Amino acid sequence: MQDLGISILFRGSNFVRLLGGLWVTIRISLLAAGLSVPLGILFGLFLNIRNPAAKVIGRIYLDFIRIMPQLVLLFIVFFGATRAFGWNLSNEFSAVLVFTLWGTAEMGDLVRGALISIPKHQYESAQALGLDTLQTYRYIIIPQTLRRLIPLTINLVTRMIKTTSLVVLIGIVEMMKVGQQIIDANRFEYPTAALWIYGVIFLLYFFTCWPISRFAKWLERKWN
Amino acid sequence: MEQTILEIRDLVKKYEDETILNGLNLQIRRGEVVVVLGPSGCGKSTLLRCMNALESIQGGQISLEGETVEKSSKNITMIRQKIGMVFQSYELFPHKTILENITLAPVHVQKRSLSDVEEEALALLKRVGLSGKENAYPRQLSGGQKQRAAIVRALCMHPEIMLFDEVTAALDPEMVREVLDVILELANEGMTMVIVTHEMQFARAVADRVLFIEGGQIVEESDPESFFTNPSTQRAKAFLQTFEFHKEQKKDS
Ligand SMILES: Nc1ncnc2c1ncn2[C@@H]1O[C@H](COP(=O)(O)OP(=O)(O)OP(=O)(O)O)[C@@H](O)[C@H]1O
Ligand SMILES: [Mg+2]
Repeated sequence: MQDLGISILFRGSNFVRLLGGLWVTIRISLLAAGLSVPLGILFGLFLNIRNPAAKVIGRIYLDFIRIMPQLVLLFIVFFGATRAFGWNLSNEFSAVLVFTLWGTAEMGDLVRGALISIPKHQYESAQALGLDTLQTYRYIIIPQTLRRLIPLTINLVTRMIKTTSLVVLIGIVEMMKVGQQIIDANRFEYPTAALWIYGVIFLLYFFTCWPISRFAKWLERKWN
Repeated sequence: MEQTILEIRDLVKKYEDETILNGLNLQIRRGEVVVVLGPSGCGKSTLLRCMNALESIQGGQISLEGETVEKSSKNITMIRQKIGMVFQSYELFPHKTILENITLAPVHVQKRSLSDVEEEALALLKRVGLSGKENAYPRQLSGGQKQRAAIVRALCMHPEIMLFDEVTAALDPEMVREVLDVILELANEGMTMVIVTHEMQFARAVADRVLFIEGGQIVEESDPESFFTNPSTQRAKAFLQTFEFHKEQKKDS
């Protein structure tokens, strides 16, 4: 038995449990990403407003989120908010909230960057052809912004999927945690379990993120 | 035939406190080709940008066929449709094919039928030697080809007047000719045009009238022959000499 460490995967429901853990990871990431993208687009437009007060507020938010390690944010929201305001936030809700706060900031910065990277001449040649402001955005600016944005957004989502492994620290049982549980439970029977389980986790992360980043690369090549 | 199409009266254009155009007056007749010359930074581009209201103006009036050209006016998009503009830097839309670049505004702004516009676009592309490039993207074209496509894009709107701002300045020398030939042909067909260029030979060949701008005003205005052979102001003389000087230096080396 001991020499066949890989068989730990097929013992009981181990593999299904790992997949369940992966699903928790993906569920948190998708929820956070699904909220971050629209909110980030709004935040990006806000960052582009020429009002100095809007600039300062946007900048502070962005810098705060960037400087704080995500783990600290998670602790502040999950433990801090519970203590300070007596809110009883579930750990998964806290995770989605923190990753949305983070994703909105990052997405906003991407949108801001994509918008300012459209040269002034694009607006002007559209105007010179008689397009009004709405038509200029609809036919010229937004399509070009989206082209720049989609690959970047997808990369952000893969970063988010990887970073969700932190949520284990506020007690969420995601893939890494399931892996540890399996390893601990079989420590004596399968001394090499860690190698196999972490190997499989590695592959599962890989096969989740790899197609996504391939797709991003493909889009990038197609459009540039 | 001597009908005025574009009229500029007492035009004042400032950037913050800096006055660029200072009480400039100009009338352009239908079918006329006006070449605008002047030292770098004298406001040639600014003048053209005012003509289709890409810039707000601080004084005076610009009118096209009797309608006021003003950035804030409600029907400015209507007026801009009558003014074709080609800039120095290639400003085709990179996410659209050449054909889509050309048909976009006629279809979405003028609401013409796509098939009609495509037919016209293909014919125009053929005329400027770009047959077969209609499905290419701008990045796949050379600078000269891009500029010819940009000219076709402007022409397809059926403008009353065309503005060209140094359209060959960013091109490799061997591509300048192909673009200037297209403009020359338009001149022969009677298109009204205002052209800013640093190609003096071309200016001389294409112009009905040459304007020389300095200090925010037109300081000399004459037919090309007298301007190039015998300019009346000292400033224009000095300006033309800068081109002479470059030529002789080249011969020496
Ligand atoms: N957006 C702007 N803001 C402030 N100043 C400007 C702006 N655009 C142009 N200027 C200034 O206005 C003056 C005229 O510029 P313009 O581009 O019209 O000159 P030009 O005659 O076209 O020169 P060139 O031959 O080099 O193209 C220049 O001094 C320039 O610095
Ligand atoms: Mg200029």
